[in-house]
Amino acid sequence: MSSLRKPIIEKLTYGLLGGSFGLVFLCLVLILGIIFYNSVGTLSLSFLLQNPTDGMTKGGIFPIMVGTIYVTLISAIMSVPFGVFTAIYLNEYASDNAYTRLIRLSIRNLAAVPSIVYGLFGLAIFVKALNFGTCVLSAGLTLGLLSLPVIIAASEEALRNVPSSYRDGAFALGLTQWQVLRKNVIPVAIPGILTGVILGISRAMGETAPILFTGVAFFLPETSLSLSSQFMALPYHLYIMSTQHHDIDGVRGIAYSTAAVLIILSLGLNIIASLIRYTYQKGQQT
Amino acid sequence: MTNPILMESRDFSLAYGKKWAIQHITLPIYQNLITAIIGPSGCGKSTYIRAFNRMNELLAKTNHEGQITLKGKDIYAADIDLVSLRTQVGMVFQKPNPFPKSIAENIKFGPKIHGEKSKSALTDLVEHYLKKVALWEEVKDKLDQSAFSLSGGQQQRLCIARALSVKPDVLLMDEPCSALDPIATLKIEDLMRELEKEITIIIVTHNMQQAARISDYTAFFNTDESRIGELIEFGITKNIFTNPKHKQTTDYITGRFG
Repeated sequence: MSSLRKPIIEKLTYGLLGGSFGLVFLCLVLILGIIFYNSVGTLSLSFLLQNPTDGMTKGGIFPIMVGTIYVTLISAIMSVPFGVFTAIYLNEYASDNAYTRLIRLSIRNLAAVPSIVYGLFGLAIFVKALNFGTCVLSAGLTLGLLSLPVIIAASEEALRNVPSSYRDGAFALGLTQWQVLRKNVIPVAIPGILTGVILGISRAMGETAPILFTGVAFFLPETSLSLSSQFMALPYHLYIMSTQHHDIDGVRGIAYSTAAVLIILSLGLNIIASLIRYTYQKGQQT
Repeated sequence: MTNPILMESRDFSLAYGKKWAIQHITLPIYQNLITAIIGPSGCGKSTYIRAFNRMNELLAKTNHEGQITLKGKDIYAADIDLVSLRTQVGMVFQKPNPFPKSIAENIKFGPKIHGEKSKSALTDLVEHYLKKVALWEEVKDKLDQSAFSLSGGQQQRLCIARALSVKPDVLLMDEPCSALDPIATLKIEDLMRELEKEITIIIVTHNMQQAARISDYTAFFNTDESRIGELIEFGITKNIFTNPKHKQTTDYITGRFG
């Protein structure tokens, strides 16, 4: 009996797993296909380099791209060092007790908090309490908070995965804790930390809700790099173009092209992360 | 054997939290001799050897009573610098643990940290210590390759060279051959006999023949679960193996323990 049943189960399992993969792959192809198919005719180099014109029915997305890159940069400047340092402290220095476990759990949970909640928090703290106003600084800091838990969790995971024998060996040679970290632990953890950092940053880059109340604008006639000015951003632009514009059907091309640019930027970040990881791993094997 | 005492354990006990892992151990470690610690699994011998360079504290909160001295000074005293202690008391681990670096970098690692900057001096050190562990001829043409490309036995000899590179007075070896094949094991044992001329060695081993072959003194830890972490017998290895004073020791070395 069992010899008969076994191949069937094998085949069913294979079918289920393979089918799931196929379905996911199909969705991915469809999403990318539809977006890029619909952006044909609009997406071009000049689309990337021009300002929007004619009541945002023509022209490009240059200031919007700049806004997104700028706000993402601000969020990264805040979240990357704090996130990585916190992870190092939690994993290497903090003693493992009920408090640190509670803090760790809270950080994990923060990663799952809806982004609109971060938006409200940013509004309450940065815009109102600290009186920064609705500006790119408030929005960047809010996005930074959003990516912090992702960066902390991934960095901690990366540090935890460094074999304890690397630490023991280094301690036994008379290294201080910081020397052990700097020479033997962090270099090995860097690829994992970078992955977390990029994940966190690209999540922040694509978010709309947290910047909605804190600094993003529908349209600005001039691009300013002042921290206290408002900014335009790709995800919000996409939202406006596909739901709020007075001529939605007329700007479909712009909307799809904006989506395509957002995807390409994300992809670019991930490719950079992979390249850095690859270089590090290669460096360590020699 | 009239070697001076280099390290000494005086009524030393150590606990993880409130659980005592080793209790009231008193024994001397003679300079330039090999002291073997034998006993069944879970008798506290690994904890004990890690007490000599205070590695236990890295894992968990520990408490201790009594003293372990190095050249007469208590290594658990408040003014002891752990970095300098671990430079004087080196360690080789059960599983070879080369760093994810090249063979040469593994040797240069310690001296660099302790301030050696000269490139030519570092290059000389690599050759010196690799020759010392009889690895030079096997690896001299691939010093820039990853340490992971070596066999287990070669990796362990590399780790011994790495431990020697910071010029310790004492080398702790925690079952250094348990992950190695018999031929690699013999090479390490020969090496220990060579090193003994310059350095004091404490070795934990599961393998009683190994203890009998290489050590000058042997400490036998208990087999009885009610007396975890106690020393049963300590003495010159030849005496322990040919004329043990305690029945437990006799039972253990003849394979009738339990």
